[in-house]
Amino acid sequence: MAVRTEPFVLNMGPVHPSTHGVFRMRVTLDGEVVVDIEPVFGYLHRGIEKLAEQRTYAGIIPLTDRLDYISSMNNNFAYCLAVEKLAGIKVPERAEYIRVIISELQRIAALLIAVGAFLNDCGAFFTPFLYMFRERERIVDLFEMVSGQRLTYNYLRAGGVSQDLPEEFLPALRKFMDMMPRFMDEYDRLLQQNEILIARAKGVGILPAEQAINCSISGPVLRASGVKWDIRKDDPYSIYDRFDFDVPTQPAGDCYDRYRQRVEEMRQSLRIIEQAMKQIPSGPVRAEVPHLIHPPVGEAYGRIECPKGELGFYLVSDNSIAPYRCHIRPPSLINLTALRDMVRGWKVADLIIIFGSIDITVGEIDR
Amino acid sequence: MEMKPAGQYIYSDIELDREEGQVIADLKAKSLEPIPDPDQWLEEELQQNILLTTVDALINWGRRSSLWPAICFPACCAFELIAANGPRFDLSRFGMEIMRASPRQADLMITAGTLTWKMAPNVRRIYHQMAEPKWVIAMGACAISGGIFASAEYAVVPGYNRIIPVDVYVPGCPPRPEALIYGIQMLQKKIARRKNIDMRKMLER
Amino acid sequence: MTVALSGKEVAGKIEEKFPGSVVESGPDNLVVKVDSLLDIARFLKEADGLEFNYLNFVTAVDYYDHFAVAYRLSSLKHNHSLTVKARCYDRENPALPSVTGLWQGADFQEREIYDLFGIRFEGHPNLKRIFLWEGFEGHPLRKDFI
Repeated sequence: MAVRTEPFVLNMGPVHPSTHGVFRMRVTLDGEVVVDIEPVFGYLHRGIEKLAEQRTYAGIIPLTDRLDYISSMNNNFAYCLAVEKLAGIKVPERAEYIRVIISELQRIAALLIAVGAFLNDCGAFFTPFLYMFRERERIVDLFEMVSGQRLTYNYLRAGGVSQDLPEEFLPALRKFMDMMPRFMDEYDRLLQQNEILIARAKGVGILPAEQAINCSISGPVLRASGVKWDIRKDDPYSIYDRFDFDVPTQPAGDCYDRYRQRVEEMRQSLRIIEQAMKQIPSGPVRAEVPHLIHPPVGEAYGRIECPKGELGFYLVSDNSIAPYRCHIRPPSLINLTALRDMVRGWKVADLIIIFGSIDITVGEIDR
Repeated sequence: MEMKPAGQYIYSDIELDREEGQVIADLKAKSLEPIPDPDQWLEEELQQNILLTTVDALINWGRRSSLWPAICFPACCAFELIAANGPRFDLSRFGMEIMRASPRQADLMITAGTLTWKMAPNVRRIYHQMAEPKWVIAMGACAISGGIFASAEYAVVPGYNRIIPVDVYVPGCPPRPEALIYGIQMLQKKIARRKNIDMRKMLER
Repeated sequence: MTVALSGKEVAGKIEEKFPGSVVESGPDNLVVKVDSLLDIARFLKEADGLEFNYLNFVTAVDYYDHFAVAYRLSSLKHNHSLTVKARCYDRENPALPSVTGLWQGADFQEREIYDLFGIRFEGHPNLKRIFLWEGFEGHPLRKDFI
């Protein structure tokens, strides 16, 4: 006897513990099988692009902190690159190294949260998350040393960084660098061969490479589908061309691969920091940039490889002290384009981990 | 059931969206003035200088020592809240380690993040779903006044006290976990003063 | 290193195929006519030597008398990029063809432009407001929004 089922609609979010903030999905189910989903955004739309048109170029940096709030330094970095491109500002050598070190530390911190939240969604409620937070606190301590803040750092400036590293920073970083590989090994011991994780994540939510490119997916999600594309390598900004690091990729493009990809990327970030620490020169940390920047009429697109993908700022200038238009390319929003095709045919429980493996921040989706 | 190809949504009901929009517009029109903070009773009590009964003290001790927060983490401050729960700051020292996903099991709402008009009806609903007695801590500048985003009036609610009464305000953008813990301790002091049994009424009887 | 293709060079190739469709071309961008936008987009995606298979972003800028919609394209194969623009002079009811059929990545971004600028994308499968609610009046990123 065939069991007849009828489709019904399940509303998930905007307040749901596994939607990583205030994200909402309208899920159409047939029994427990997902037939269709429609993401609903906008529960954190704060009009950052509109506010940016009323502020000076330097005054926008605090707004960028609050976009993807778990990788604030990277947001500052992308924005400052765009302004420097627009106004033709040259950054001193030492500042470039500081930026790279800070940016890679922030990448590790953000990827730790991404991995922790993914495992949280897999059902390991809060234990891995607290492990990851233990290490994140150490990175946050380092950031507090340089900027005085724990979450919204506002540290980078157009033409450098706001202040030099304090003298205790590099020894503290050395200590962290000696510890971190041991912690990474600990995660691998706990997770890499973990039977539950493999059963939940292997082969689930496969994203083929062609579709990933067609959907403009970027970052670890794209590389986990086997596309070797990393802006740090393929379009090197700042001084990334001086460092020796690999771009890891994974073969299958399923949830487990996306998790592995993030862990591998953390190891590469450690490699970059190691080299940058050895090479860092002394000197000024900020170019002579006027308080109010008047870039010439034109447009510029500055992009970086942030922990979620390609984060870009498209600035249009009309030679005044505020940008005429400031568009943010949000990797979190664009990476969700393929979500619908990835989850159809899977069960509700898989929907949660496929969604978790994409790793989004709602502040960046809605802006 | 057959799957529709990409681009053809099965479920794209504009009527539901319109309904949601209507609810938001109604709430926006109704919330022009902030709701006064629920602490008049504190002053009154101090003026009359009435001592609390021992029953009150016992009930308040029970209530303040096991505050269970509901999950309401719209934005950035959430990470400081999680950090406060995390291994270093360890909020459970103050009897509130359990985050509740269901508002019906919670008695404290820590509003960690910017509130937008689109989100406002949902937050108000969560507040109404919480069982009495309940308290609200507004965490961060956005929760107090809209903060850095207050000038985007079209989208951002200037403070949670437009839609729900707030007991304690914790400033900062975002506040440090220590600041949040201090705010919670302030709330616990406030709860300790709460009068559950009205002595005057009992004496009159 | 991603090479920014010269707009003039690409404009020459487009003019060969679709004469009269390029409005102007600069060193790093080119402006095309709205009615031939979709054909040019397909050509840029499929032509040998160009193969722009990756859409970085779509956005719009309000210049009071017209809206400029910018498409940033790159090719992961050849590692080059180009900005293509189209201008929309109608302020009351601006409309453009949707490129979601070519690059699915434009889906949410076109909805965003529809929401915040009020530009319609003909042929978009699910064109409705994305960030603001149904019934919201006006389009916030327009320069004359109060």
